[in-house]
Parts: sequence; C-alpha cells; structure tokens
Amino acid sequence: MKSNGFEPRIIAFLCRWCAYAGADLAGVSRLEYPPNIVPILMPCSGRVDAQYVLLAFKNGADGVLIGGCHTPNDCHYISGNYKALKRYALLRKYLKDIGINPRRLRIEWISATEGQKFARVIEEFTNELKKLGPLKLR
Amino acid sequence: MLNERVGVFVCHCGRNIASTVDVKKVAEEIAKHPNVVFSTDYKYMCSDPGQKLIKDAIRENKLTAVVVAACSPSMHETTFRKVCKDMGLNWYKCEIANIREQCSWVHTDMKKATEKAIKIVKSTVEKVIRNEPLTPIELGIKKRCLVIGGGIAGMQAALDVANAGYEVILVEKSPTLGGRMAQLAETFPTLDCAQCILTPKMVEVARHPKIRILTLSEVINVDGFVGNFRVRIKKNPRYIDVDKCIMCGDCEKVCPVSVPNEFDRGLTLRKAIYIPFPQAVPPAYVIDPNACLGLNPIICGECADACEQQAINYDDSVQYIEEEVGAIIVATGYELYPKEKIGEYGYGKYIDVIDSLQYERLLSSTGPTGGKIVRPSDGKVPKRIAFIQCVGSRDVNHVEYCSKICCMYTAKHALMYKHLVPDGQAYVFYIDIRAAGKGYEEFIKRVQEEYGVIYIRGKVSKVYEEDGQLIVQAVDTLLGKELEVPVDMVVLAMAIIPRNDAKHLAEILKVPTDKYGFFQEVHPKLRPVESVTNGIFFCGAGQAPKDISESVAQASAAAAKAIDLLSQDVIYHEPIIAHINTDLCSGCGVCESVCPFGAIKIVNKRAEINEILCEGCGACSAACPAGAIQLKNFRDEQIVSMLKAVL
Repeated sequence: MKSNGFEPRIIAFLCRWCAYAGADLAGVSRLEYPPNIVPILMPCSGRVDAQYVLLAFKNGADGVLIGGCHTPNDCHYISGNYKALKRYALLRKYLKDIGINPRRLRIEWISATEGQKFARVIEEFTNELKKLGPLKLR
Repeated sequence: MLNERVGVFVCHCGRNIASTVDVKKVAEEIAKHPNVVFSTDYKYMCSDPGQKLIKDAIRENKLTAVVVAACSPSMHETTFRKVCKDMGLNWYKCEIANIREQCSWVHTDMKKATEKAIKIVKSTVEKVIRNEPLTPIELGIKKRCLVIGGGIAGMQAALDVANAGYEVILVEKSPTLGGRMAQLAETFPTLDCAQCILTPKMVEVARHPKIRILTLSEVINVDGFVGNFRVRIKKNPRYIDVDKCIMCGDCEKVCPVSVPNEFDRGLTLRKAIYIPFPQAVPPAYVIDPNACLGLNPIICGECADACEQQAINYDDSVQYIEEEVGAIIVATGYELYPKEKIGEYGYGKYIDVIDSLQYERLLSSTGPTGGKIVRPSDGKVPKRIAFIQCVGSRDVNHVEYCSKICCMYTAKHALMYKHLVPDGQAYVFYIDIRAAGKGYEEFIKRVQEEYGVIYIRGKVSKVYEEDGQLIVQAVDTLLGKELEVPVDMVVLAMAIIPRNDAKHLAEILKVPTDKYGFFQEVHPKLRPVESVTNGIFFCGAGQAPKDISESVAQASAAAAKAIDLLSQDVIYHEPIIAHINTDLCSGCGVCESVCPFGAIKIVNKRAEINEILCEGCGACSAACPAGAIQLKNFRDEQIVSMLKAVL
C-alpha cells in the first residue's frame, strides 16, 4: 500500500477544562492543523477508560490522543491527569504486546492557553502516523 | 433511544463556518441518520430568528432532542439549551457540535473540513440520543461562613460577610489577628502607617457581633459539600484566660525564659509568656508551650504567682470544635522564601544582611529600634545601604514567578531610609521595575528623582565581606560595567511563597494548588476567587503574591461570592454525576480509592455515591472493573457509539 496518500484517522479525547479549551483557542487564533483528528469532549482525561482506546483502534483509528491538564496541579479534578498517565503507561505496554506500535497512542498536557501547542501536537502526531502508515489489525 | 426524534441545526456563523464547511452538505448528510427527523442550516443560529427557527422546528417536528452545529459549547451551549428548555425539552437533551473553533477555523480544505464536520455532528447525535433527561439536585444551605486566616484579607472578608448579616467563624493559627500587615511599618504609595489603618479593622472584627474569632486554631478536617460543610477545628491552649488578662505585663517581667521574637523576625527576644505586639487581638498574653518551663512538669510557675488577675491556667488544653458552614474563604497569606536556600547574598552569615520584613520591623515605631535604622551588628546608623530586589524571584533556581510587591516596597524602604538618614546613600539593585498600580509609577519616580536613590539595573552576583566591610558585587547592565559597591547594610527583597502548611490545608479542603503551592482558582480571568470545589473561595497572598490593596479587593470579591451563595435558600448541583448499577457492583472499592472528592463509600459491600460531593469527573467510571459505575451522560455506551460514528 502506498503511504503517500494515506490520511490517518485520529481520535482525540480532550478534557473539557484544559485540552478542549486549548483546541478552542487554536481555533480562535486561526492556527491551521491537519483535519485528521476528530475531537471527543470528555469531562476529564481521567475519564478515558482503557477500553475506549482499544475500541478506537479496533474500529479503525490509526492513532489516539488523550489530552489533559498539565501535571502536577492543573487538573480540575485534582488528580485525573495522573490517573490518565498511569493508564497510558499500562496501555503502551499492552499495545506493544498485542502488536500495535505504542507510538500510536499519545498523551499530552495542553492548557487552555496553549492553542499553539495543540496545533503543533496535532501536526506532529498526524505526520508521525503518516510515517507509521495505516494500522493493520489481524 | 430508538424513538428519539432529533433536530440538527447547522449554523453558518456568517462566513465563519460556511466559508470552510459545506453547511448544506452537513445538514443533508446528517438527515440520513435514523434518528434525525429534521435538519437545516441557517446564517446565524444564535440570533433571534435563528432561535425562533429552532423553537418552531421543535414544535412542528415533535423533536425530543436537539443538536446545534455551531461554535464551541463554551460560547452558546447555555443559549441553545435555554431555547430548548423554553420548548419543554430537558436541559440535557440539547448538545453542541463544535464545528467552528475545532473545524472551520483551523482547516482550509473544504472537502476535508466538511467531512470532519459531519463526523463531529454525527458523534454528537449519537451522544444526545443517549443523554438522560436530568434535573439539577436541590440542597439546603447552612447560612454561616468559615474564614481561614486572620490577616488583612481574612479580616476584610469576615467583615463583609458579617455585615451582610451572616455569622462568620474566623480561624487564625497565631495568637492574634493582624497577619503580615501588622509587621509592616508604612504602606506604599501613601506612606500610611500600617498599624494605624490595620488596628481599627482588628478592633472592628473583634467587636462584630456576627464574628466569632478562634485564635491559636487550625482547621484539621473538612467534610461535606457546598452549603453544608462540616469543619473540625483544633484550638490550641493559650494558658491565659482572655477575659481576665488586663495586659499589665507583670507576668512577662518575671518570666525567666527568653527566645527569639518571631514577630520581630528574631531581631529581639521575647519571653515564654508574651504578647505578639501591643495592639494584639484578642488583647491577652499567651504562653509559648515550647519555651515555658512551667507547663509540664511544673518547675517554674513564676508568672502565675505574679498574676494578680489569676488569669494563668497551666492546665489549659487542646479543644476540638465542630462547626457547620455553608461557605469557606481561604486567606492564609504568605511567607518569605527560606534564607537557607540563598547563600550568595550572605543572609545568615553576615549579621548586617537582613530580609525585607526585618527591615520593616526596624522602620516600625513599635519595632526593636523604635523606628531607627541601625545596623544589627553594632547599632550604628548605616551611611550606605543596598536594597537587592528579586531575591529568589524570577530565578529558575528558586521561584520563576515575579513576587510582585517587592519593587514597590523596596522603593518605600529606600525612601524611608532617606527620611531617616538624609545624608546616607541608598542603592537599589533591580532587574526590571514593575510598578503597575494607581500612583505606583509616580512613587518610584519620586524615590529616584527627589530622593536621589541610585537605581542600578543588574542582578547582584554576591555579597561578601572584606576587612569587616560588606561589598555588593554586581553588573550594571545599562552601563555594561562590573561594580563592587561597599555598603554598611544590605536588605534582601525575598521572594514571596505560600505558607508552609498551605499544601496540607489544600489537601484537607480538596482544592488544587498551582506548582508553587498557591491556591488555584477555577479560571484566572473569569473566576479568580473561586476554587473548583463549590463553596470554597480564595483571597489574599495565599492565592498569588499581591499587595494590601489587591488583597483587600480580592477579599471583598471572595466575600461577595460567599454572600451570593449564603443568600440562596436552595442551591443546585450539576446532575452529571456517577451512578451505580448495584447488580454489577461487587463492592471491591476501587472507585472509593480513586474518587478525589471522597464521594464514594462502600456500604454493605456496595458502592454508594454521595450525589452532592460528586463533581462528575468520571474517574470512578474509568476505574470500575465491572462497568458498574457510569457517569451520567458520559456513559460507556455513549462514548463507544460516538467513537464508532466517527471511524
């Protein structure tokens, strides 16, 4: 398969307080980034169940982004970002075990003031997934 | 769910959306969804005709749910939910598909942006058809307020709340009200004497019939929730009966123990029985149990013998007080960055290098020198004095933030020096002068121009002593010259940090702090005094470095928020909270351990949710191994169906 015209599909679970607001700011600032990402609003990155990530891959996502508030102290719910971080660490191992490149899962702390960071992360992640090519599950 | 009748309204937002997203195509595509019975596009959905369009469509098509594809929910979610509510729909049966901020504004390729917009709208439809109609939870309110911290911010907040007619419990850790401001001499930029403007306020607080003052007290536990907090307070013994003590001072004269006086920041000694300062409130002596010889075992007892009032009671003990309050205002204030962490300026090594609060004590007419500027080492008047700004502040090795008040008080310090030592020379070493405030810039100019204080732009590298002479080594970055300035005394404008127990208090209150330990407000611009925990408010320098006027303003703001809350008869709690399926719950307790708000308890081997404590983060849902806990309107099946809709 030619990777040239490949457009990865990315699901982004964005916490309402930081990453989602950061994505809004990217919009208000008119920062262009690739349209490969579809955002799903979550109350908190700590709400992102491991099964959502796996189901996203199973249903055809090439990459999954979890966006939350900066550690240590920005989480609106005190420690949700750490819960997400722990889950992310476990998920990476698990993904590796089942033959999915763990680089397809990314976690980023993006504050409500970091529109630029949001745009940059999406740009980087899309490019990385383009290099990795489509996810093929047996 | 299957019989939900959804209407989808795609907004052009003028050209903001329509120039990048083919809005007609979005409306057409979404019409194919089995639950979508109506879809249309319109130029400005938030306008009056746009809202009318939605209302008419709800009526004519008997819609049970609405999706508005428009700007971010932070803009108009409330607007459109009100429209739906007016038409008899539940508040939560309207959802916003954000196709402006997160689609049209960030993409240029119309085909791709349109595809993405369709996905966003589809996933939102999948969510809304599975949204439960919810009703906000109603609660009663305890119409009382707890204020933690008896400094200027805490006192102002207490007065404002009490004057509005609500009872206030003011908890202060030290033996007296007054806080940091009581230690200050004059205040910038008016040079009002701090004590003169502070003490009337202290008296006002003490006399207020609605304010109960608990000094020597700490909050040790907080349970409950907005409107209904249960607070446990530890009141440490004073060993003096406040009602009997007449402040005669006979006890102090006979006390054989002397220890450094923390109020004068160690420049003087005090006895084990002491008053922090003459205008202390409550006006009574206190025994320092760590210094006193007489408490246990009784080997002294001199003060009790001397006290004609028989006010001294060595058997006084810790009391635990339980209170119920509706609102909590946190005003714990600041301290200075620890001197041990900054060795290069010789503080702690050279006795004539002092910190800014020690200098305030020297300036104070009630201070150790009665308001004279003299060197701690030999009592001589310093003829050359250096003030060093940003000691620890704006420094990656210490704290990165600006401590905000140092530029102004240093200018005041230099000015007061010139008042007291007109023939002396003052040097101020600074990085930048930050004098944003009413009359502040003018004040700095006055100090520089009228008083001839020499301002040198450059960070001091070190302070050292040579043949008994202090020397400040620095670079004047404006002249590009290295300097070595001999001086008789050095004053360090130390960085401001949160009080050392603020972190512990934050844990008790279950509120976040920022990376430096300052209390974290919900939103820096729009909700600057509220915490994420409803009913808890912040003010003063415990939230961020700030001067007296800002602390007072913020205290009044926090009080206004508390009064707003206490004036309600019922309050409403967001109903997007966790729900337990008891058939699936095994009582393993994982949810209880991950809940940051203590909202889950295992009762009879089943998890139970306290609906009021639950803030709706969903940590429990994600952690439950059985899928027994679901966050309402963010249930697993909703998120999974949203996922599938976009892939």
